Amino acid sequence: MAGKPKLHYTKGRGKMESIRWLLAAAGVEFEEEFIETKEDLDKLRNDGSLLFQQVPMVEIDGMKMVQTRAILNYIAGKYNLHGKDLKERAWIDMYVEGTTDLMGMIMVLPFQAADAKEKNIALIIERATTRYFPVYEKALKDHGHDYLVGNQLSWADIHLLEAILMTEELKPDILSAFPLLQAFKGRTSNISTIKKFLQPGSQRKPPPDEKFIANVRKIFNI
Amino acid sequence: MSGKPILHYCNARGRMESIRWLLAAAGVEFEECFLETKDDLVNLKTNGSLLFQQVPMVEIDGMKMVQTKAILNYIAGKYNLYGKDLKERALIDMYVEGMVDLNEAIMTSAYQPANKREEELAKALDKATNRYFPVFEKVLKDHGRDFLVGDKLSRADVQLLETILIAEEQKPDILAKFPLLQGFKARTSNIPNIKKFLQPGSPRKPPTLEKDIPKLMAIFH
Repeated sequence: MAGKPKLHYTKGRGKMESIRWLLAAAGVEFEEEFIETKEDLDKLRNDGSLLFQQVPMVEIDGMKMVQTRAILNYIAGKYNLHGKDLKERAWIDMYVEGTTDLMGMIMVLPFQAADAKEKNIALIIERATTRYFPVYEKALKDHGHDYLVGNQLSWADIHLLEAILMTEELKPDILSAFPLLQAFKGRTSNISTIKKFLQPGSQRKPPPDEKFIANVRKIFNI
Repeated sequence: MSGKPILHYCNARGRMESIRWLLAAAGVEFEECFLETKDDLVNLKTNGSLLFQQVPMVEIDGMKMVQTKAILNYIAGKYNLYGKDLKERALIDMYVEGMVDLNEAIMTSAYQPANKREEELAKALDKATNRYFPVFEKVLKDHGRDFLVGDKLSRADVQLLETILIAEEQKPDILAKFPLLQGFKARTSNIPNIKKFLQPGSPRKPPTLEKDIPKLMAIFH
């Protein structure tokens, strides 16, 4: 039963994508079982697999873990991506919460009406370039290291790369004012486990299209 | 630098209240610096105190910590309220995240437009009785112990008590079907640090009244 972690979610990014990134960066192979219909979700609920009736759910180390943040904390802790002590963890947590807020804004875009969506895209770009990216650019500038915290790869770096790529999908030149983040992106993308995840055929999911969103609305009744 | 943590937020529950609970439960005295006007917030922003231009912010151990979850994780870790190993932490995190979802649903219903407020609150309370409280009742039933995880007080217990009290403010008999949670509530409320926090005059904040919402919103918008 030492088997691979098994991810239960729809075949799209959503709240599971950061978990895929973290497992992949840690070099952990995982399986996925996709929820394609409402019946699939009901089945998981009815057989007691979902503590709060929600996904993401990850079967890992004998547990059926739910709640994205709990799952990410566990993986980061298990694979030494959460800093070497409480203070490093504090910084990693602060940085990750920032990128979570930023990616959270992008995640809900497809569910918004056209005019709200346009306004929010502009807000996301403003926040990315004036609130979030300057913080990470400064962090790298201040210590001059390759990684955000503790001079070694951590969850904060993996999450930041995910956020950078996601924001670039909205505005390809979004890093134009952030030379250190550009270098960070280049370097971090080249780490072998991450490089592999960025290649076609990996378990990384594409941005959602309209057909996918329509199905998600049906499955989750939203 | 007195050494006590300093909490920067408005004089209201909001996102700081769980932090007040956890510090109090850990027996840690703290100071508070209240934002009363938009200018107070602007000052904090311009003097570089807020990593992402947002509060809560807690000055603790030489750091200006922001992001509620990061702050709570740090306090829980520092004061041994986070389980003894990764697996206990995993359970604590799962339980806490569920409770936080429930708190959010109850709290945000108060900020909805008047015509949606009642409906949203009803939905939140329905989730309390059908989705969340049954889970914690079952956890206590299955292991028969006083605390949710690991047979000692953790942040999960502190958060559960806070959540129960928030729900009861909206529906006083919400624990009617949950005898073990009733027992949990009584027991946990009696823990000295927590008992002290529940008494008048403590840093615990009252529920936000509708009339106070405009003044709070004005600070942030």
